[in-house]
Amino acid sequence: MALAFDEFGRPFIILREQDQKTRLRGIDAQKANIAAGKAVARILRSSLGPKGMDKMLQGPDGDVTITNDGATILEQMDVDNQIAKLMVELSRSQDYEIGDGTTGVVVMAGALLEQAERQLDRGIHPIRIAEGYEMASRVAVEHLERIAQKFEFDVNNFEPLVQTCMTTLSSKIVNRCKRSLAEIAVKAVLAVADLERKDVNLDLIKVEGKVGGKLEDTELIYGILVDKDMSHPQMPKQIEDAHIAILTCPFEPPKPKTKHKVDIDTVEKFETLRKQEQQYFDEMVQKCKDVGATLVICQWGFDDEANHLLMHRNLPAVRWVGGVELELIAIATGGRIVPRFQELTPEKLGKAGLVREKSFGTTKERMLYIEHCANSRAVTVFIRGGNKMMIEETKRSIHDALCVARNLIRNKSIVYGGGAAEIACSLAVEAAADKYPGVEQYAIRAFAEALDSVPMALAENSGLQPIETLSAVKSQQIKENIPFYGIDCNDVGTNDMREQNVFETLIGKQQQILLATQVVKMILKIDDVISPSEY
Amino acid sequence: MPIDKIFKDEASEEKGERARMSSFVGAMAISDLVKTTLGPKGMDKILQSTGRGHAVTVTNDGATILKSLHIDNPAAKVLIDISKVQDDEVGDGTTSVVVLAGELLREAEKLVASKIHPMTIISGYRMAAECGRDALLKRVIDNKENPEKFRSDLIKIAMTTLCSKILSQDKEHFAEMAVDAIFRLKGSTNLEAIQIIKKPGGSLKDSFLDEGFILDKKIGIGQPKRIENAKILVANTAMDTDKVKIYGARVRVDSMTKVAEIEGAEKEKMKDKVNKILAHGINCFVNRQLIYNFPEELFADAGVLAIEHADFEGIERLGLVTGGEIASTFDNPESVKLGHCKLIEEIMIGEDKLIHFSGVAMGQACSIVLRGASHHVLDEAERSLHDALCVLSQTVNDSRVLLGGGWPEMVMAKEVDELARKTPGKKSHAIEAFSRALVAIPTTIADNAGLDSAELVAQLRAEHHSEGCNSGIDVISGSVGDMEERGIYEAFKVKQAVLLSATEAAEMILRVDDIITCAPRRREDRM
Repeated sequence: MALAFDEFGRPFIILREQDQKTRLRGIDAQKANIAAGKAVARILRSSLGPKGMDKMLQGPDGDVTITNDGATILEQMDVDNQIAKLMVELSRSQDYEIGDGTTGVVVMAGALLEQAERQLDRGIHPIRIAEGYEMASRVAVEHLERIAQKFEFDVNNFEPLVQTCMTTLSSKIVNRCKRSLAEIAVKAVLAVADLERKDVNLDLIKVEGKVGGKLEDTELIYGILVDKDMSHPQMPKQIEDAHIAILTCPFEPPKPKTKHKVDIDTVEKFETLRKQEQQYFDEMVQKCKDVGATLVICQWGFDDEANHLLMHRNLPAVRWVGGVELELIAIATGGRIVPRFQELTPEKLGKAGLVREKSFGTTKERMLYIEHCANSRAVTVFIRGGNKMMIEETKRSIHDALCVARNLIRNKSIVYGGGAAEIACSLAVEAAADKYPGVEQYAIRAFAEALDSVPMALAENSGLQPIETLSAVKSQQIKENIPFYGIDCNDVGTNDMREQNVFETLIGKQQQILLATQVVKMILKIDDVISPSEY
Repeated sequence: MPIDKIFKDEASEEKGERARMSSFVGAMAISDLVKTTLGPKGMDKILQSTGRGHAVTVTNDGATILKSLHIDNPAAKVLIDISKVQDDEVGDGTTSVVVLAGELLREAEKLVASKIHPMTIISGYRMAAECGRDALLKRVIDNKENPEKFRSDLIKIAMTTLCSKILSQDKEHFAEMAVDAIFRLKGSTNLEAIQIIKKPGGSLKDSFLDEGFILDKKIGIGQPKRIENAKILVANTAMDTDKVKIYGARVRVDSMTKVAEIEGAEKEKMKDKVNKILAHGINCFVNRQLIYNFPEELFADAGVLAIEHADFEGIERLGLVTGGEIASTFDNPESVKLGHCKLIEEIMIGEDKLIHFSGVAMGQACSIVLRGASHHVLDEAERSLHDALCVLSQTVNDSRVLLGGGWPEMVMAKEVDELARKTPGKKSHAIEAFSRALVAIPTTIADNAGLDSAELVAQLRAEHHSEGCNSGIDVISGSVGDMEERGIYEAFKVKQAVLLSATEAAEMILRVDDIITCAPRRREDRM
């Protein structure tokens, strides 16, 4: 009701300018929402799995992105619909929390919505469906816990980790050299991991890309890579045993924040001011030199004079280094970031075994390598590739692989991929459904069917007969009571995911199911959509 | 209830077949566009910019053509991107890479039409590319040990690169020049040290390589025009009015006399600076920034050659060449490294005066002076020479070379064909298609030269069936000939980059099954 009456019988308006707003209510609202959610899921469905296709996205400025990563696709899509935005959020939260499985979670949610629509047609109340889904998701998550396997690895034996990362990478365009990339990702994570606390700070892993070269040239650098060069072209290009002063103050005369004016009215003042200025530069450089620094890294720019003085005193320097990079350098070299020249002390200098400048290709591109640092807990993954889109996509893929490795260090449990876990859950949920009295039973059964849609999409994308394949695998799982059978996407000839070495992390899978259920519940509970009309 | 719009107003989505079709069409259009420039008899393109003045460029360089296009098709952008990268990485083969990628997609389109899954095509292409590369690796020639032979290889490579460009008339001359310049670099790939100066007038033949360094600047008035045994100070400092850099300082005076005093002090300061500079015992001073009349006069009085406003590159190069450091403060003359050269003189090229530094301390740098009838010719000549220099500098590092004239493509095609026969499954169709795409390159070269491509390629294929064949297409005589005898060589690194990036690009485009275009960002209407 948009119109109400107060106690004196005068009408007043709750919803203003009603006829200019479009409004959907009741079952129509739910249907429309479900349709929107499904449409988003449909876009991503074909990206799932090792044979999934990519999407080409053209941004508002004409820039082109080619990707297979669910979160990226959704983020770059110009989505207008509210429900579609919810799906985008869903994929993003999976990305933040787990980093991988961003496509799977959306496909899952789409399948749940599709099933919900069918239940709605049967006349089941949306809340009952939502509750049924909730129960079913609990069952599924518990079942995952049960079928999960712990697997052992340590710093020396990281083969299992590599295998899991390879599963993640196999669906990306970089699967040509998934082995080497997976190794790089695992080594990077192990280098920064705190195995005692089971924590990994991914901020310590920097992913840099440079166009040119081959994907195979991608390397892991135990140190920091900065896309900068020495401030003066004639400074030495290589420094061994560098003592690094990390500064956040410019090599320029100070700029006090308070407003002030220095008035020059006599020749003497003019002279002294000039002297002071020169002295100022001299002092700055001298201070750095005095504490024993052999390399200065500065967040700000240098004055020409200061630059020359640095060069002259044989003190190489790098300018305009970004804040994040500065922090990484500080962590890696064990130095402190010094905000003022006066506070420079020898203890605050960072140490690195080797700093060198390297140039690439025919253009004047140089980068600075800082290696053999005092604290090796900061590493850089340096990606080379044929073109910019390739590099961007590789960056995203490496990020996914890093996240997976991190999750495994946090929690060593894995489940089997290739849809095996989904099929096992679906069976468990199906069995649980029969035990529930009440209408929820139907919703739970619907949930089981929705779970089937992930392996189904996998089979479809791999060019297999979806229904035939799924039913074969399902019966195999039931017959032998082993939850390791999945879809044979790569045409290897076996359905046993243990043999194919296709793993996924337990927390990733659990999160997928929980997040998808939550969003679907939220969408189902909406029964009124009010949107301002177009103008 | 209709399905709601998910996207914003002007955003659009193309799915499945349509998406693939649109990317195939876009990519092939681009490849057809540059196809005619391939090979020694390839034609040029005129590019007219939409900007003010409608500047015109005439070029044969794939990367340059593609860079200037305004493209809306996302797949076409991928191709432009790979050509750009090819330009940055190896400098040459920018057209070939696009043509090959286009051919690969053309073949892929046929396969997709016959219901082969794109992923199968991709895995076939990958195998084929790998096999092609191995085939090339087996046949490379490496003359690193033999400097004389290596040099002649380089000249041949340079000539092959140049023969498709505007310089083809004088390719021997330019090839010698480029190789000499590259040898001066002594293995470094820093092409910055080779300076190319373009001066209209004369003919292309009059272009020359100069062992010294040429600065396109004028010598100040009243200063010596020729200095022997020059000691050079390269500087980056303000020689106009030196402003006070302390923040918030300003001049505030209350009478005219004081103004005069301060002005005097300023002058004094400048004089001071000049004296300090002179204390270095120099006879040539090169500054990046302006030199005002007053200090210039002071320099002239001291008999020092002062050159103002040399840009950043000029300064850096000069520092590199003469071995001096770029100075900005002048308080301790004893420790500043000065640059040296035997002779500085003003020379005339055409009607322009240039400053020539010869007998420099470091022999790395050199200058190439290009002469030609017009700016367009010179621009194109520079691009061609740049291509040649890039290829040469890469070849110096990776000395493996191959024969040219479609030879590498035929070698690869043969091996790939054999692989196709051995491979079971649908992949073999894709591998076969790859070999067809490879053959398209010699076909295009022949077509562009107005030859009977079908006849020639068939003949070539037959000859390649025997082991160790060196046949390729000789465009000049219009027949199949021995490439080794004709001296047509190409760098292995270029071919490898062409093969790998073209495959990568084709793969990328093939993987796409959905194109989502965002609404273009609204620009303020300036009309």
